[in-house]
Amino acid sequence: MSMMSENKGIWVYSDSHDLTLEMLGKGRKLADQLKTQLTAIMIGYDVQGKAAELAKYGADKVYMVDNPVLTRFQSDMYLSVLYDLAVNQKPDIILVGSTKNGKPLAARLATRLETGCVPDCNRLSVDEKGKLVGERITYGGNAIARVTFNTKPQIATVPARAFEKPEPQDRQGQLVKLDVKTDPPKTELVETKPLQASSARIEEAEAIISCGRGLTKKEDKALLDELAGVVRGQVGCTRPLAEDRKWFTEWVGLSGHKVKPKLYIACGLSGVIQHVAGIRDSKVIVAINKDPEAPIFEIADYGVVGDLYEVLPALKDALKKMLQ
Amino acid sequence: MKRIIVCLKQAVDVSQLKVDAATRQLITAGAPRKISDFDKNALEEAIRIREKLANVQIVTLTMSSEDPKTVLREALAMGADKAYVVNNAGVEGIDTSGTAYVLAEAAKKVGQFDLILCGETSLDSFSGLVGSRIAELLKLPQITSVRKLSIESGTVTAERALEDASETVKAKMPALVTVTREINQPRIPSLMMIMKASKKEIVTWALADLGIQKEKLAPKIEVIEALAPKMERKKVKITGGTVQEIVEKLARALIQEGVVGR
Repeated sequence: MSMMSENKGIWVYSDSHDLTLEMLGKGRKLADQLKTQLTAIMIGYDVQGKAAELAKYGADKVYMVDNPVLTRFQSDMYLSVLYDLAVNQKPDIILVGSTKNGKPLAARLATRLETGCVPDCNRLSVDEKGKLVGERITYGGNAIARVTFNTKPQIATVPARAFEKPEPQDRQGQLVKLDVKTDPPKTELVETKPLQASSARIEEAEAIISCGRGLTKKEDKALLDELAGVVRGQVGCTRPLAEDRKWFTEWVGLSGHKVKPKLYIACGLSGVIQHVAGIRDSKVIVAINKDPEAPIFEIADYGVVGDLYEVLPALKDALKKMLQ
Repeated sequence: MKRIIVCLKQAVDVSQLKVDAATRQLITAGAPRKISDFDKNALEEAIRIREKLANVQIVTLTMSSEDPKTVLREALAMGADKAYVVNNAGVEGIDTSGTAYVLAEAAKKVGQFDLILCGETSLDSFSGLVGSRIAELLKLPQITSVRKLSIESGTVTAERALEDASETVKAKMPALVTVTREINQPRIPSLMMIMKASKKEIVTWALADLGIQKEKLAPKIEVIEALAPKMERKKVKITGGTVQEIVEKLARALIQEGVVGR
C-alpha cells in the first residue's frame, strides 16, 4: 500500500485485554497529537461488555466483531477480520499487542497489506511530518533503534507493560458492530493447558532479587527467597540458571521476561548485555558480585563487591531491622 | 515426507559486538557472524525428524550479501544435505518484508517441500516477523513459538508456548513452523561430520536467478538510528568496614530511595 494523504486514525488490537488497555493509553496521546481518531478493535464472542469498556480507556470508536466462530483466537480467522477492516477503513497506524499470537498476526497483516511492521516498540512517537517512530531494543541489547515507516498503514507491535494502563474516565465512544466474513482456519486446536502458574508474574513485582552463576547450589535459592520475603519481592535469575541448570523455569532478560521493578538486586551475575536489556527500566539496580570488574557494576546504582553468600543474609537482617 | 526447508540467518554474533564509546555507534562491519541460535534449533529439529522418518532431504536457505560459506559448512556438518544461498549484494537495507519475499521465492525454486522450519526470531535484529511473513506469502498454515513437534501421515502437530498457557495445534503439510530455543539442544558436529560436510553442495543464486526485481525489495521501514543505550546510573560503590557495615549503608540508601518498605 502506498503513502496515502488522508489520515484515517489509529487502531489498537490485542488478543490480551490488558494490553489493549495499555495501548489505548498511548494511542490516545498519539491521536491527540495527530488530531485524529483512536479506534479499538474487539474480536471474539460475547465481547460486548469488554467492548463497551474501551471508550473509558480512550477509544473514540470501537469496531466489534462478535461471532461464536471467533470464540478462541485463531490466526487465519482473526487475520482475515483485521485485513478486511483495514483494507476498507484504511487506518494510518495499527498498534498490535506483541503477544505470542499478536506478533505473528501483525507480521501476516503487514504482509497481506504490503506494508512495514516494526516489532516490540517500547516507545512510540510521531515526527514532525506525522510519521510514527518506534523505539526497540536490537542487537541483543547492544542498541536501541529508532525506526520509522515508508508505507502505510504503519504497523507497530507493542509488548506488555511498555505503557501504563490509563485510569478509566467517564467518557463515551461509538460502538460499531460489524459482521465480517472469515477465512477458514488452516490449523486445528488439539488441546490447551494452562502453564503451571508460577504463582505471581515477575513483571508485576515491585522488587526482584535475581541471581546468576554465582549461585552454586539450587537449594541456595532460599537465600534469595528470604530477602524477597523482607522486601516483598520475587526471585528471578539469568538464562543459564534456567536453560542450562534447570533450577528455574523462567528467566529475566531479552529472551525471557523484561521487567521494570522499583528495585532490582542482581547477585552473582556478571551482567551480560542480554540480561541487562531485560532490566534496563528498573528504578534502582543493586549489584552484588565478588568480581570488582564485573560489567554489572557499570549499570548499577549501588554496587557491593562481595560474596552473595555473605552479603544477602546480612542485607536481609539489616533491612528487616530497619523496616520494623 | 520428502523435504524440509530450514531458513538460516547468518547473524551478527551480538556477544562479540563492540561499541564506539564516543558516538555510541555499533561497529558491525567485520563483526563475527554465526548461525542465528534459534535457526540452529530449527535445523536440529529437522535432523531429528529425519532420524525418525527415513528419506527426508534437509535443505537450508540463507540470504546474504557476503559469502556465508563458513557458517553454512557448520549447518552441513550438523546434518543438512544441501545449502542454498541467495546473494543480495548491492541491494542494501532489505527489511523483513524483502527478506521474507526473497526466502519465499527461493523456497518455490527449491521445489516441493513438506515443511519450512524457522527460528521464532533472530539473534541480532530480534524482530520475529520473517517466518510469519513467509507463511503468508506462500499461503501456508503456520504454527509459531513451537517447543515440541511431531509428524504423522502428512500432519504436523506442535505444542506452542504462549504467555500463560500451552496450546497443541495441528496442521496439514506443507506448513511453516517457527521454533523456540527450548525445543532441543542443537548437536555439535564431530570432526567426522565436518569432513563429510566438505563434499556437500552449496548452491548460490543471484536475485536475478529468482526473477526478483530490486524494486520489490524497497524497504518499508527505515532505521533512523541504532545507538548503544545510555545507562544513567549512580554507580555508587558501597565500600569499607565489615559486611555488616556495608549492608547497613546499602539498606539506608534503599530506604532513602523509597524502593523498600510499604
